[in-house]
Parts: sequence; structure tokens; C-alpha cells
Amino acid sequence: MNIIIVGGGMVGKNLVQQLSEDGNNITVIDLEEDNINAITTKYDVNGIVGNGATHRIQQEAGIEDADLLIAVTGSDELNLLCCIIAKKEGKCQTIARVETPVYRADADYLKEQLGLAMVISPEYVAAKEISRLLRFPSAIKIETFANGNVELLKFRLPEGSKLAGMSVKEVVTKLKCDVLICTIERDSDTYIAYGDFVFKDKDIISIIASHKNADEFTKKVGFETHSAKNVMLAGGGEITHYLCEMLPKHGMNVKVIEKDRHICEEMCSDFGKISIINADTSDIDILIEEGVRDTDAFVSLLDLDEENILLSLTMKNLSKGKIITEIKKADFDAIAKNLDLDTTVNPKTITSDMIVRYVRATQNTLGSNVETLYNFIPGKATAAEFIVKENSPIASIPISELKLKKNILISSIIRNGHVILPRGNDVIIPGDSVVIVSEFMPLHDISDVLK
Amino acid sequence: MNYRMIKNILGWILLFETAFLIIPAITALVYREKAIFSILLTMLICASVGALMTVGKPKNKTLYSKEGIVIVSLSWIVLSAFGALPFVFAGAASYFDAFFETVSGFTTTGASIFSEVESLPKCLLIWRSFTHWIGGMGVLVFIMAFLPLSGANNMHIMKAESPGPSVSKLVPRVKTTALILYVIYFALTMALFVLLLFGGMNVFESLCTAFGTAGTGGFGTRNNSMFSFNSYIQIVVTVFMLLFSVNFASYYLVLKGKLRDALTSEIRWFFGIVISVIILISINVRYQFDTLFDTVKHVSFAVASIISTTGFSTVDFNLWPVFSKAMLLLLMFIGACAGSTGGGIKVSRIIIFFKSVAKEFRSMLHPKQVNKITVDNKPVGNEVAHSVAVYLLCYVIVFFVSVLLISFDCNSFETAFSAVAATLNNIGPGLDAVGPYANFGHFSVFSKLVLSFDMLAGRLELFPMLLLFSPSTWKRS
Repeated sequence: MNIIIVGGGMVGKNLVQQLSEDGNNITVIDLEEDNINAITTKYDVNGIVGNGATHRIQQEAGIEDADLLIAVTGSDELNLLCCIIAKKEGKCQTIARVETPVYRADADYLKEQLGLAMVISPEYVAAKEISRLLRFPSAIKIETFANGNVELLKFRLPEGSKLAGMSVKEVVTKLKCDVLICTIERDSDTYIAYGDFVFKDKDIISIIASHKNADEFTKKVGFETHSAKNVMLAGGGEITHYLCEMLPKHGMNVKVIEKDRHICEEMCSDFGKISIINADTSDIDILIEEGVRDTDAFVSLLDLDEENILLSLTMKNLSKGKIITEIKKADFDAIAKNLDLDTTVNPKTITSDMIVRYVRATQNTLGSNVETLYNFIPGKATAAEFIVKENSPIASIPISELKLKKNILISSIIRNGHVILPRGNDVIIPGDSVVIVSEFMPLHDISDVLK
Repeated sequence: MNYRMIKNILGWILLFETAFLIIPAITALVYREKAIFSILLTMLICASVGALMTVGKPKNKTLYSKEGIVIVSLSWIVLSAFGALPFVFAGAASYFDAFFETVSGFTTTGASIFSEVESLPKCLLIWRSFTHWIGGMGVLVFIMAFLPLSGANNMHIMKAESPGPSVSKLVPRVKTTALILYVIYFALTMALFVLLLFGGMNVFESLCTAFGTAGTGGFGTRNNSMFSFNSYIQIVVTVFMLLFSVNFASYYLVLKGKLRDALTSEIRWFFGIVISVIILISINVRYQFDTLFDTVKHVSFAVASIISTTGFSTVDFNLWPVFSKAMLLLLMFIGACAGSTGGGIKVSRIIIFFKSVAKEFRSMLHPKQVNKITVDNKPVGNEVAHSVAVYLLCYVIVFFVSVLLISFDCNSFETAFSAVAATLNNIGPGLDAVGPYANFGHFSVFSKLVLSFDMLAGRLELFPMLLLFSPSTWKRS
């Protein structure tokens, strides 16, 4: 696909990386020459310095041949203008990043009236992700496959977990639980799970299972599974705004701590039910007074990553609840992982992931066969969903007899809405949808799994 | 430094060279020449060394700009070092002479050590000319078009190999860009080949001439270069020498129907220079020719040959008056457009340089005035302007050090000066003892190595070769 990306910030850069690896032809437009230079020397893409919302620059970027324009600059108005011009100029689809909550409320109207394919707000998607995590606090990450029939969950094994010392193949027999272990992350390495792999404390494991089985599994292994009841949010930014709308709907009690009196008062009039505390989060005494020791979950949503990380590390010692940390800089993700912060949420990464997912789904209609694709350990492991066609080389042969490439796992088969966790004797039949976990390599067709 | 990856790519270079040698091998078969053994032996050596070097896939495939520069400069040296072997095995030249000849071929210089080429086996002649064609567009660009190297890394290689102050891709992917460039290059070469056939040249000579012109090289098949061919062929070659010195990106824009964008200021300057110099020299040498047509024809040929840095000749311009020779020497330095197969300093650099000088003058008169250099209504970043200035400085340094180094071997200052000008700008013939009807055979081995370095430095735009010999490139961190 020919894709034009306007804005070479963090979201733009993520998109360039993932979409160019997928084999798309990408042109990036940014006002800053330095940004463009950095991107074009690192990735195999074209770069243009200029204002992407002008007709001339878009033409230079080849708008008439483009299939998709993604506007992800920091300015909502500019993004929308880019999309409007692109729509008039070419026949492409358009995606706009729209952050301001006021515009965000108009998302559907904008989509319809301006013909946008997708309106995406990093803060909103981050809030969505946080609310999902709060409902299933023991998971670090949750993704869904096959119209929500199958879940991919990521956990960190607590100390003294039942699983420690157990090998992968014993899980099914000893726990009598139908789940499939996909990958294990230990230190900074990722392993595709094989029968003899033995778990250790603090491993991060990813499992694929139906929702019911996942529930059962987590109970047997000894994770907390019930939804958080009391949630404390630090910082009164946009994500907090969205969370204040979402969380009460799931019956959660929300407490917001914000140091700016003005913002507190505004929020107070916007959300009547929520208790708003006007205090500085660095004042631990007040946090304790407000019950941080007993809260089920604590979410750090302050402006600075450094503040968030420090706050979360402090809370880790104070509270037994789930700690979620917002991290804005992509570079901090790796650092945060070594800090034992369990769950981090990066609005920009989520945004680019969602756009990538959309692009891949569009491509699907253009020849590639991937239904959904998750980079669930970025750059290391992917899970891809395929629909098996007639005459597929993997159909009608018992799985144990398939000659699979190294580091590939057929993790589940979805047949008529039922999830089958494949064992050696199972046979894949045409029409099944199959989820395949692989160590990072591009899979374009299901036959790519064979040697 | 990722040595394994460098080794691997160099291995691939040798495998590609084996494939390039198929063309002289076929020629030798057609003409039933004994020299086929020298070609086959070289192929065997290239293939086995190449195969050994490509064994085992390197785990770490990342190439940074450091590796890109080293790969490009080493590739050209390796290509020439192995490409010289057929001449040695066939007994046509000593190894250093053969090395000089091959470097001259790949860098599209066309400076020869042979005083007499008509007696050489045809397979060696076509190999000389074919190296021009390969070197013209760039070996690594060619390899990138076919080798599955992971995408982004190629940018460093392309940057180091492409001529011109800044590289822009035609399409987002390096690989597709390389492919488009080669398709245009191939099509233009074929067109020239067919036109030459129509002019009554035989297939062998048409091929050699087409390769030599396309790469703006200058190796011919006759001792007197293009003198003995008819006017039609001389005119066709003149036109194509100019066509091959135009930025190839413009052809792509023409194909896409963007004529207005294709006519860049660089092309306008280029043709402006060509036409005015033709007029000036024609007036100056009018008395040496019988008719006006002959004058303009020969002068145009010489001007096109020098500014495109090809180096073919129809007359011995060594016998022209001093003004004309000085004009030609000036053209040697200007060279072709960026992004073409020609050498020299490049018209776009000259434009940027003059505009920076004008800007400097303005800011001396009006110290507070804010000035920005623009080319084709696009601002030229300070960094580009700065790198052009540094380029010219390095160019002057390399130039004078080379003149100094080869001065022991020269009978006149004109010889020394023009020999370096002709090699550093990838032209071929110079003046006096290295004029169009003389050759480089009389230099010592040391001077030949210095001039070989100049040819490589000129083709790769100085920095890759200079950095290859700079200790900081090889430091660990």
C-alpha cells in the first residue's frame, strides 16, 4: 500500500517502523527537517519537509497514488485539514488523530461528514485500555481475537506461584485447565513455550484461552481475578477525564488527586459522583490519609514520565493493589520493564498499534491473509489470526505431522465459534480460523508457517 | 563495526562480478578467442572466494553509516582488484597496470595504460567497456536492486555511492528506486545501441560504444577513439553523452508526466554552460577546420565528452589554442549533473557554491539581513551548503597532494595538473603527455596507484575513500 504519514512525532515514528516492515511504501511529511532526517536514515521511506495540510506538499508526496493518509501531528485542526485536502485531492482513505475531548465527542460526526476511516485519540484509547485492565487486574495486557472469542492475556507470575517449577506440558495435566501458554519473557529474552520449559517466579507469561478458561486458570494459579472496586487516579489530565466517565459505569469508586485547584473545581462540576482531592501527589501523608493502602488500584497519570515512575514505585511499597503507570516516551518502556512496575500504558504506542491493526485489516482485503495481528511483545513475538482456505497446505493433516518452522506455535483453532486448543492429533479443516504465535517474522499467509 | 556483514556483502559483490564476467566470456566464445581461459579462470576465482565469504548468515544485520561507507569504498576496491585479473592472465598487462585499467573502467574514467587497443582480444575490450556500464550507475545500487538486504540499512549505502550533494529517492523504497534507475539506464543504453547499429557500426563496436557512453566512461575499441566513425555516429554519441549526464530523477519525472518539475535549475545551468562553451570554443578554433559544420560538430563532441566526463575524442584537442584548452580544463572540474553517471564536482554543487558566495557577499554589505539559499524554490539547508563547502575544500586538498605526488613522473606541469584533473573527475584524457592521443602507461607504479586512488575518490565523491583511510573509522567506539 502507498501510505502518507503526516507528522513524524512519536506516533508517526512508530507507524513508520511497523508499516514499513510490513512492506508498505511510505512517505512521511513533517515540518522539522531534523525529524525527517532521523526517520529517513533509519527507515526505508521517503521524507518531505513541509506543511502536510497544503495541497502542494501533498501532491509532492504523491497523494494521487496514495491508498491511505494518516494525520498524526500534535494539532487536531491540522490533522483534520490534512484529511479534508487528501480526500478532495486523491481517492485515499484517511485517519486522523484527534485529541481534544470536545472534538473527540464529535468523532462519529467527523467520521461521517468528512469521510474519515478512523478518528483516534491516544488519550481515549489509553483510557479504554486502563479500564479493561482494571476489570481484570492480574493481567498486564489483554487482547482479543476472533471477535472476542479468544483472549490473549499477559501475566507476571507472583513470588511463590504454583506454576514456578512446573513445566509447560504439566500445566494442562496438573491444573486440568484448557489454556495454551504461548510465550515466556524472562529478563529481556523471549521464549516460545515448548513442553519442557520450566517456569520461574517473576516470569511474564502470555496465554491464549477462551474467556471462561482464562478465568478458571487464573483462579487455579492463584491470581486476583475480581474487578477493582476502589481506584485512585493521580493527575487530572485527559485520560483521567475519560476514566471518570468510563469507570463508574462498571461500578468502580474513583478518587482523583490533582494539585491544581482550578482543574479540581472544573472536574468537580463535570463529574459529580467522583471524589476529587486537591493535593500534591508527592505528599505521601495525604495519599495514606485518603486510603491508598487499601485501594484496589492506583493509576499514575501525571504529566511527567519520571514523576509517574517514582510515584508508582512508592505506591508499590505502600499498596497491595494493582499499579498502572502511564509512560509517554517510548524509550522509557524498556527502562520501566526492569523496574518491576508490572503494567505500563503508553498512549502513543497504543494509538500506533491500533492504526497498524486497521491498516493490516484493510490490506487483508487486498491479498494478505492476516485477519488480525498483534505485536504482543514488540519486535519479538507476534500473534496472527488466519482463516484457513480450501486447498490450504496445512488443512486436513494432523498437527503433529505438519513440518512447522522453528519457533512457531499453532496456538488455537476457532471452529464455529468454539475454541479448540490444538493437540497433536487435531486436524485443521478449511473454514477454521487459526491463531499462530511466532517469534518475530512477517507471516503473510498461513502457508508461511511450513518449512 | 559489523565485520561479518561487511564480509558477507563483499562476498556478494564477487558473486555479482562472476555474473558480470559472463558477457566477456560469451564474446570470447563468439570470436573463438584463446583469452577465454583468462576470463573463466577469473570467474572461478571470484565465484569461489565470493562463495566462501557469503557462507553463514550474519546474525546482526544492522549497518550504520560507518559500515555503509566502508562497504562502498571496499566494494569498489575489491571489484577492481578482481576485475583486473583477466588482463593479467591473458598476458596483456602487469597487475598494477591492469588494476589501473580496471579502476579506470569501473569509475567510468576511461584513462588507459594501453597505447594500442586494436590488437587486444575482443573479450578484454568488451570487459573494459562493460565495467563502465556497471560503474556508471553504481555497483551497489545494482546489487540492492536484486539482493534481499533489509530495507533501511540500504540508505547508508545509497548515500555513500550516489553522486551529488544530497540524495533523494524517487519512490519510498530504496529497492524500487534502484530498480527504476536501472530500467531507465538500460532503456537509454538500448536506444543508443540500436541507433549506433543504424549508423553502420558492427554489433561488437556498438555494444562497447554504448556501454562506454552510457557509463560516461570513454574506453573505445579503436586507437583513435571516435575519429574514424562517420558524422552520424559522432553526433549520436554527442547527444547521448549529454543525455547520460542529466540527473536520472528528471527522466523519471518526465515519465510521470511532470515536465515542469523535470526541468530543474541544475539542468538549465548545465545546458547553458554547454551551449555557451561550444560557441566560445568554436569561435576560437574556427580556423583549424574547413567548414562551420565540422567546427561545431567536433567542438560539441569535445565539450560533451569533457563535461559529461566521458573522454571520447574525435580530434586531438591538445592541438587547440590555449584559450580552448583552458575552457576544457574548466569543464573538467564542473562535471555533469548530480544523480547522473558522470563525474566531476557536479553542477548542483557549483550552483549551491555560487549562491553561498553571493549570500556571503550580501551579508557583508547588510550584516543584519537574513539570507537563505534556495534552489528550485526550495530552501537549501545550512548543512548541505556547509557540506558543499567542505567538499570543495577536500577536493582542492586531494587535488594538490596528488599533483605533488605524481610530479616526479611528469615532463610538464600541464601533464601533472591535467592527469590529476582527468582522473579525479573521471574523464580520462588530459592534456600534453596524457592528451587524447596519449595514455597513462608511462607513469610509475606509485603514480598509477595515486591516480587509481583519485579515480575511486572522484567516483565515490571523496569522503568514502578518505574515510576508509582515516583511523577514526576503524576505532571501536
